Amino acid sequence: MGEFKVHRVRFFNYVPSGIRCVAYNNQSNRLAVSRTDGTVEIYNLSANYFQEKFFPGHESRATEALCWAKGQRLFSGGLNGEIIEYDLQALNIKYAMDAFGGPIWSMAVSPCGSQLLVGCEDGSVKLFQITPDKIQFERNFDRQKSRILSLSWHPSGTHIAAGSIDYISVFDVKSGSAVHKMLVDRQYMGVSKRKCIIWGVAFLSDGTVISVDSAGKVQFWDSATGTLVKNHLIANADVQSIAVSDQEDSFVVGTAEGTVFHFQLVSVTSNSSEKQWVRTKPFQHHTHDVRAVAHSPTALISGGTDTHLVIRPLMEKVEVKNYDAALRKITFPHRRLISCSKKRHLLLFQFAHHLELWRLGSTVATGKNGDTLPLSKDADHLLHLKTKGPENIICSCISPCGSWIAYSTTSRFFLYRLNYEHDNISLQRVSKMPAFLRSALQILFSEDSTKLFVASNQGSLHIIRLLEGSFKHLHTFQPQSGTVESMCLLAISPDGNWLAASGTSAGVHVYNIKHLKLHCTVPAYNFPVTALAIAPNTNNLVIAHSDQQVFEYSIPDKQYTEWSRTIQKQGFHYLWLQRDTPITHISFHPKRPMHILLHDAYMFCIIDKSLPLPNDKTLLYNPLPPTNESDVIRRRTAHAFKISKIYKPLLFMDLLDERTLVAVERPLDDIIAQLPPPIKKKKFGT
Amino acid sequence: MAALEEEFTLSTVPLGAGPNGLLGVEQSDKTDQFLVTHGGRTVILYKVSDQKPLGSWSVKQGQIITCPAVCNFQTGEFIVVHDNKVLRIWNTEDVNLDKVFKATLSAEIYRIHSIQGTEPLVLFKEGAVRGLEALLAEPQQKIETVLSDDEVIKWTKVFMVFRHPVLIFITEKHGNHFAYIQTFSSRTLSKYTLFHGQEEKSVIQNFTASVDRKFISLMSLSSDGCVYETSIPIHPRDPDENQRVVRSLLLKTVVAGNARSGVALTVLDQDHVAVLGPPLPASKECLSIWNTKFQTLQTSRELPQGTSGQLWYFGENLFMLHGKFLTVIPYKCEVSSLAGALGKLKHSQDPGTHTVPHFVNWETSRGYGFGSQNSEQSKRILRRRKIEVNVPPPAFEQLLSTIKKDSEKDIEVELCKFLAVKRTPDFHTIVGDIVLELLGRHTTEPSFYPRNSLMQLIQTHVLSYSLCPGLMEAALEKTDVQMLQLCLQQFPDIPESITCACLKLFLSISDDSLQETEINMESVSDCSDPVQEKMDEQTEILQNGFNADEQNCDSCDRKLNQKPQDAAEETTSCPVVPKRAALLNAILHSAYSEMFLLPHLKDIPAQHVTIMDWICLLLDANFTVVVMIPEAKRLLLSLYKFVKSQICICSELNKIEVSFRELQKLNQEKNNRELYSIEVLELF
Repeated sequence: MGEFKVHRVRFFNYVPSGIRCVAYNNQSNRLAVSRTDGTVEIYNLSANYFQEKFFPGHESRATEALCWAKGQRLFSGGLNGEIIEYDLQALNIKYAMDAFGGPIWSMAVSPCGSQLLVGCEDGSVKLFQITPDKIQFERNFDRQKSRILSLSWHPSGTHIAAGSIDYISVFDVKSGSAVHKMLVDRQYMGVSKRKCIIWGVAFLSDGTVISVDSAGKVQFWDSATGTLVKNHLIANADVQSIAVSDQEDSFVVGTAEGTVFHFQLVSVTSNSSEKQWVRTKPFQHHTHDVRAVAHSPTALISGGTDTHLVIRPLMEKVEVKNYDAALRKITFPHRRLISCSKKRHLLLFQFAHHLELWRLGSTVATGKNGDTLPLSKDADHLLHLKTKGPENIICSCISPCGSWIAYSTTSRFFLYRLNYEHDNISLQRVSKMPAFLRSALQILFSEDSTKLFVASNQGSLHIIRLLEGSFKHLHTFQPQSGTVESMCLLAISPDGNWLAASGTSAGVHVYNIKHLKLHCTVPAYNFPVTALAIAPNTNNLVIAHSDQQVFEYSIPDKQYTEWSRTIQKQGFHYLWLQRDTPITHISFHPKRPMHILLHDAYMFCIIDKSLPLPNDKTLLYNPLPPTNESDVIRRRTAHAFKISKIYKPLLFMDLLDERTLVAVERPLDDIIAQLPPPIKKKKFGT
Repeated sequence: MAALEEEFTLSTVPLGAGPNGLLGVEQSDKTDQFLVTHGGRTVILYKVSDQKPLGSWSVKQGQIITCPAVCNFQTGEFIVVHDNKVLRIWNTEDVNLDKVFKATLSAEIYRIHSIQGTEPLVLFKEGAVRGLEALLAEPQQKIETVLSDDEVIKWTKVFMVFRHPVLIFITEKHGNHFAYIQTFSSRTLSKYTLFHGQEEKSVIQNFTASVDRKFISLMSLSSDGCVYETSIPIHPRDPDENQRVVRSLLLKTVVAGNARSGVALTVLDQDHVAVLGPPLPASKECLSIWNTKFQTLQTSRELPQGTSGQLWYFGENLFMLHGKFLTVIPYKCEVSSLAGALGKLKHSQDPGTHTVPHFVNWETSRGYGFGSQNSEQSKRILRRRKIEVNVPPPAFEQLLSTIKKDSEKDIEVELCKFLAVKRTPDFHTIVGDIVLELLGRHTTEPSFYPRNSLMQLIQTHVLSYSLCPGLMEAALEKTDVQMLQLCLQQFPDIPESITCACLKLFLSISDDSLQETEINMESVSDCSDPVQEKMDEQTEILQNGFNADEQNCDSCDRKLNQKPQDAAEETTSCPVVPKRAALLNAILHSAYSEMFLLPHLKDIPAQHVTIMDWICLLLDANFTVVVMIPEAKRLLLSLYKFVKSQICICSELNKIEVSFRELQKLNQEKNNRELYSIEVLELF
């Protein structure tokens, strides 16, 4: 099949930000996740948990609360005191509005979805009316003496519960006055703590208020009388989050010890109608604080400081025992953070606030499978490029020739020219970028590095010709009339004639660069596109979707290729479809037109279209080299999918030349080593 | 511990008076719904928790319902008999009983039985039994006569035994009682003559029965007020032969001997029976729950408006007439267990000093043998005991008459004489009777309070709360803290409400009045001498089976020792005077059940800040009592061994975990080669 020298890179020092909030939307089955750096990500749970959208973070915009409102509108509140609404179509911030109450700690949308409550640092609870295009301040509730850390509406919308420090208030929404004040015991294991912080409250329709607090308690209160009904001490540390299912028959809490507890409303005895809340299952999928939990109809979702998003299906709610019933742990973004200059063997790493440029080393030695070759030259860190301003980098790219670097934040686009003189590099910023190039969602250079393609967040695609040290705007493809959907993925054919662009839901558009017009649109598919690439010579467009389907579409013929039809007819191997990370990069072998190279976080695969396709009975992945087997058996068992699982978690893999691959790994242990130490817990208590 | 909950009235319409007011209460196929058949013409279906009727059906004027309506659990239909021979079967949708299915039979029906798991069974007055299906197929079939002339059915019940119904009915002929057992698995009918034993004169008034695998335990309430038990085998060895079964005394004088009406008995579970009737000749009728195993009165409820001698028990509800209304009293009972019984026993500090055990001797009080199958030997013992019981010491008679009229001084003298006489096995009941007699005079004549005599009687160590109900109440009334302390120390079975009342009194009584009273300070002697206390603790724990020779135990022992010391130090800083502390200690050492104590604790005024701390101590003290009793020694030992092995396992597991983690680290280092390498990969 082929022997490669693999540059195995582990110096990409990427650490995802911790998860701060999660908000589940039942109507669209989407999950919004905010991270400590202010990034907000949208996961489509129906599309194999694909991270289909993201809003870049901002240094001053630490998100403390996140919620969905009627009509798939997403709001967040943060420590800068602003309420932000996100535009899920254009992928930018619709508006930010100061709530004038100091940092916002909590947020809740009314059950009917038309009112927004925020809890502020100054102890105020503010009610906003959600109008079709904005929000409007309505009034304040009775001011409390300390910050409001948690809020919950009664399902009827008449009352709310607000968790503060040392007490929970129940407000009447009509009058805005506190009806009850429920004091929480500060004592913790007999020791009086300074304060008891109510991290979360949930108001049930029967009037029960469930609170979780910093003393490790889950408490049930009767809101009618303001009395404590039941107390569960579940942790030696803070219980930081709570989420209740829509049916109110189960809820989930997350603790600072990394444990997630499931509580269920179960009958006291079999066939009795009397029910009580019982702590049923503990889950330990996190090493650090579980800062946020959500409860979808079929799964418990949790996230926290250890940066993992964990989706734990409730087995009793899963009807078919398929791969959806498996635990999901999402750690890495479903997009590329790395680009590569094949010509100069350069790697560009994208971090939240800086870029790093590395040159790969080299070797003259050869060896057999599995050997580590002695380096004649080690990898070099060439450049550390820090962004200006508080905004996170959205995307970045290095040109194949290695002479250009481009990146973009929410408000600015940067283009640099690199000059190499022996071992010295000089960097020169290209100034006076045109006004329309403000914010890019995706940047791509043509294979010959003469053109730059930019997908802006208004749905338009700009083409810029690059000259020595300057540029010229060639053309802009405006979005199809009526749509404002942004393009997130771009692919250019190696001959520079075709540009493919894909948004989050609509189909893939293919533009003819020579004639500067739309060539065709690949039929829309139910699942979002996770990676795109155009093959050399044939100009076949290969598209990977989040449901693990791979299509090959011939651009000149404007139809799916014969091979693509064959594999659709036969279907992919079941193990291929059960993979739980999306394909994030596709590339091709310059000399072997039948080969497609693709990878996800846990495997790298070369599809050889000339070989027969595997069926469900064949072994998809066989790591062992054939030994003492006759050629006949080898030929008989050989199939099109050549898989390697040596490199994981694999963030990037590409072909540098015919016989050289580069693989960028990010071992989880290295990430954990950079996190603050977790709360020590003895596994076997003595 | 059994408890009766708040009663409520079911029917809003008053029923006709007398035993004809209500024919029966039967379960329906839905939980919480019951069929109530009024004597006369009406059947009402009630939802008990809602206390409201769901449906009501009446027979025509001129017709009369002769046996209670039942529900056919297999079809959900209701069945009733009117005019002895006419069956009516209907549904909840039916409105008029006159228009529903009707079957006229050839013989008179005594009762229809319906229980889960089988078709309804029809018992005819002549003793024949038929399944309902077979009857309906041919209603006019001939029904054979089983009973002899003048023999009438008095009572009947049906059980499921190994998924087959077993029917028992009791007949009477010329004052003799017979039991018939009809089994349906083998289709046999066996007859037994109930042998009355020595209590020939008494008339049997009421029956109840429970089933235990191979025997039906038939209990009867006799006119002498006692409950007798008879065990009848379900599968007789020789079915044809008329066998005799002997009854034995189960409970003594649960109702007043002369009670003529309003007496009923029903089995609640293995150890509990409910009895309806006046407990004393003059008193109002009561519903009382008795524990047959420990022969104690668990709880009782007065029914001042009288009752009819009918009592039904389904699920958790007791149904009875109270005045003219059908009343439901929910009943709950914890299963009596060894642990519960042990908790009621007192730990004797120095067993050598008391010749008489602290607790009631169950064997003697249960005394009259365990069943009809007892061997020759036990019969002999039984007879001997009988003689002893039958001849009460003459001093007793003398004493009783003294109590009735003489002064307190005279009573004390007579009492001394009586106590000097050698004790008989039923000594405790006699002492109980004396106390009751004294209390009786106290109630009629409030100035009469024979404190010294009562104290003397309590110090016989044979009394219990249930033997002399009212004693502690009287002491509470008189704020006689000394007597209360003594009672708390002596009685194994004080109800939690009384314990709480004592606690309330002890907390509220002023220090001045405490100063004047004489209180046993033994229990708080450690306050003055903590060193001595430590010594005691040390020896006590070693005595309790913790082997000091074993090296490994030492550290654990020391830990165990530390805790009582800490507790002792806490008590020294207790904010009450030593006398009050001694009283409170008596409460702490008394036996109680948490579940029943908590509701009463709520009634205690919150003026005492320390009360919550005291409750915690109370809990600890109860635990200590259990730990200290000699019976717990073996349990504690094995528990200790178990915990020790668990600790060993845990520490080993921790060691394994640490070494595992180290291994993992080493492994990682091996894998974690460099941040950068160039490797060769071949894909096959």
